[in-house]
Amino acid sequence: MTPNLHLWLIPVLPLAGAAINGLFGRRFSRQIVSAVALAFAGAAFVWALWIASQFSSLTSAPYHETLASWIRAGDFRADFAFYLDQLSLVMLLVVTGVGFLIHLYSVGYMWEEGGFYRFFCYLNLFMFFMLTLVLASNYLLMFIGWEGVGLASYLLIGFWFTKDSAASAGKKAFIVNRIGDFGFLIALFLLIKHFGSLNFDQVFASVTPLSPETQGAGLLTSIALLLMLGACGKSAQIPLYVWLPDAMEGPTPVSALIHAATMVTAGVYMVARSHVIFDRAPAALMVVAIIGTLTALFAATIGITQTDIKKVLAYSTISQLGYMFMACGVAAYSAGIFHLMTHAFFKGLLFLAAGSVIHAIGGEQDMRKMGGLRTKIPWTFWTMTAATLAIAGIPPLAGFFSKDEILWQAYSSQYGSWVFWLIGVITAFITSFYMFRLWFMTFFGEYRGASGEEHEHAGHGTHLGRNDADALASHGHGGIHESPKLMLIPLVILAVLSVVGGWVGSERFDRFLSPVFHPNSTVIVGSPMGTPPPAVPEQRNENLSESLMTAISVGVAALGFLLAWLLYYRRRDLPGKIAHALGGLYQAVLNKYYVDELYATLFVKPLVDGSSKLLWRGIDQNVIDATVDNSTEVAQQISDTARHMQSGNLRSYAGWVAAGAAVIIVYMVWIGVR
Amino acid sequence: MPLLYYLILSGILFGCGVAGFLIKRNIITIFMSIELMLNAVNLSFVAFAAQWRAFSGQVFVFFVMVVAAAEAAVGLAIIIAVVRTRETLNVDDVNLLKL
Repeated sequence: MTPNLHLWLIPVLPLAGAAINGLFGRRFSRQIVSAVALAFAGAAFVWALWIASQFSSLTSAPYHETLASWIRAGDFRADFAFYLDQLSLVMLLVVTGVGFLIHLYSVGYMWEEGGFYRFFCYLNLFMFFMLTLVLASNYLLMFIGWEGVGLASYLLIGFWFTKDSAASAGKKAFIVNRIGDFGFLIALFLLIKHFGSLNFDQVFASVTPLSPETQGAGLLTSIALLLMLGACGKSAQIPLYVWLPDAMEGPTPVSALIHAATMVTAGVYMVARSHVIFDRAPAALMVVAIIGTLTALFAATIGITQTDIKKVLAYSTISQLGYMFMACGVAAYSAGIFHLMTHAFFKGLLFLAAGSVIHAIGGEQDMRKMGGLRTKIPWTFWTMTAATLAIAGIPPLAGFFSKDEILWQAYSSQYGSWVFWLIGVITAFITSFYMFRLWFMTFFGEYRGASGEEHEHAGHGTHLGRNDADALASHGHGGIHESPKLMLIPLVILAVLSVVGGWVGSERFDRFLSPVFHPNSTVIVGSPMGTPPPAVPEQRNENLSESLMTAISVGVAALGFLLAWLLYYRRRDLPGKIAHALGGLYQAVLNKYYVDELYATLFVKPLVDGSSKLLWRGIDQNVIDATVDNSTEVAQQISDTARHMQSGNLRSYAGWVAAGAAVIIVYMVWIGVR
Repeated sequence: MPLLYYLILSGILFGCGVAGFLIKRNIITIFMSIELMLNAVNLSFVAFAAQWRAFSGQVFVFFVMVVAAAEAAVGLAIIIAVVRTRETLNVDDVNLLKL
């Protein structure tokens, strides 16, 4: 007997919060706005927890709930229907849990901001769309959520829309995502054309009997690649990652919630959800793995040189998302989802702690102007330390377990290779290095920023004029100060989760998700046609090499720490010299490998020129406008001539009469002659 | 007398009427040119009537003459009104006949 879980409540609750705050928030006080936002986000979390408690008692594993019929055209059906299995349950808890904590934090962080109600309306709206995405039972509803989170992301990146850079960052995120969505949409069209449905159950049931496309690329490979294009856009992978660093223009809680913990992982979720398709398209899996691996390394190297604390974290997010795709690419989906979960904890925490640092020193984001904050903001320091250790992969924190599992799978999985593993380990080293660099630069040494008194003045007046995103978040009260309790509580909870989040263990996690990723039917039906999708990694000296690899990944993490300690604590003069010695290479990395400039030359400029010179001035002005203008000109001239026929002069009238008569006579004569 | 002679005379008279109607500026002359055209038409009517021994053509001439008489009365009245208000017979000075 399956109880009615009322899944629909989970997305609808934040929607109600968004509606209330959006419609009436302007008249509410800040207390009421935050109470509404927190109540609805919190209620969604509580409901998700209740569902999780009921989940084990479910008899049918994927739980379906159809709310209303939406599109019915012939055999095609897409309903407002929800779908709950182990995968969506994990996502559900992460989204509502981390989301609620960040709502809580935002109340403190955004308290002095204008547009307070607007912020919480968008935040709740984001929760609604994200939960729709996660709970959808067909690709179309998922796409609605997918687009919706993009919208919420756009609104929140451009939250300070009077600032030009924030407005253009929002547009950039939206437009770059369009490219990915284009791929996603084409994939959906292909699914409709060939399988006649977008419901997960039906699509997967039709795909399951198909054999893997080992010989050349076919339909499944194209669908998988197009889906991956969509995931690249949403999850900021090469080549569509460029929007995420710019998205840091948004308020810091937004960066934490949308651009670190939840929305950007939607691509990973989508790939994992579509694993049935990917499993049967080895070429696409290979592409996923390569993109993930390259992104992980590429973004990590950029992270080394960034000096803006949020930009470092942004590149770190891209890099960690690369890890998740690496895991998906070697068909180790549960490892990817595991890392998604732990990453949501520690990266959300890192952003929130960074926000707390920025808040503490009055809106400064440049790490070169921080330092020595360890004693001044101890709570922030200790929570950030937990998150840094977690992301660097120091045992026994959360990041260690998930990253270790990914690296192990990258090596040992059927689709794995030592190349992926090697690049993954190098990336782990770089990750550890740049995170400890951030840690040392922010919390150790001497404070290098302006003094407290100057801050007070800056905080009052000039900050609005500064080109500094969170300058707007600065308070008037001077001095370095710890954040209010409302902001510290989420930090502490997330810190605890960052520490213990991995203890569940990748194997138990894998077993929990196995009904989703390794259903028995897949293996049985798939096997006669060719190699079955990997149910378990191959057993080659597993114990020995796995512990060796664990040792190596811990070793490189420690190495990264030591290097950061040496360069940014012990010998502070060295980084400058190294940068100087590297010259052009350093400049290239500092300028993010000139990718933005490259895209500007390759795509943006031809588009702008093409549309402004060719389409606007060329076609619109010279052809369309000219046609209209000329036809009015001609009409005017003709009517001007015709107007003069009516002169009032009797003799000209007489002439016209005579001429008319003459024409008629000539015509009659001509008819008569003919 | 063949019919052609009458028709040629009628055509010449009509042509004179049209020419006078178009060329002359004096409104009285224009008026008389119109009468000339009407009578040229009358001439061709009666010529055809005699040729075909059909009386309807001759009856028609009477109608035309009646209408022409009425028209002459109205037209002369208008001309007198114009002369009284404008003190001119030149049609080029009477150019208000437009919107």
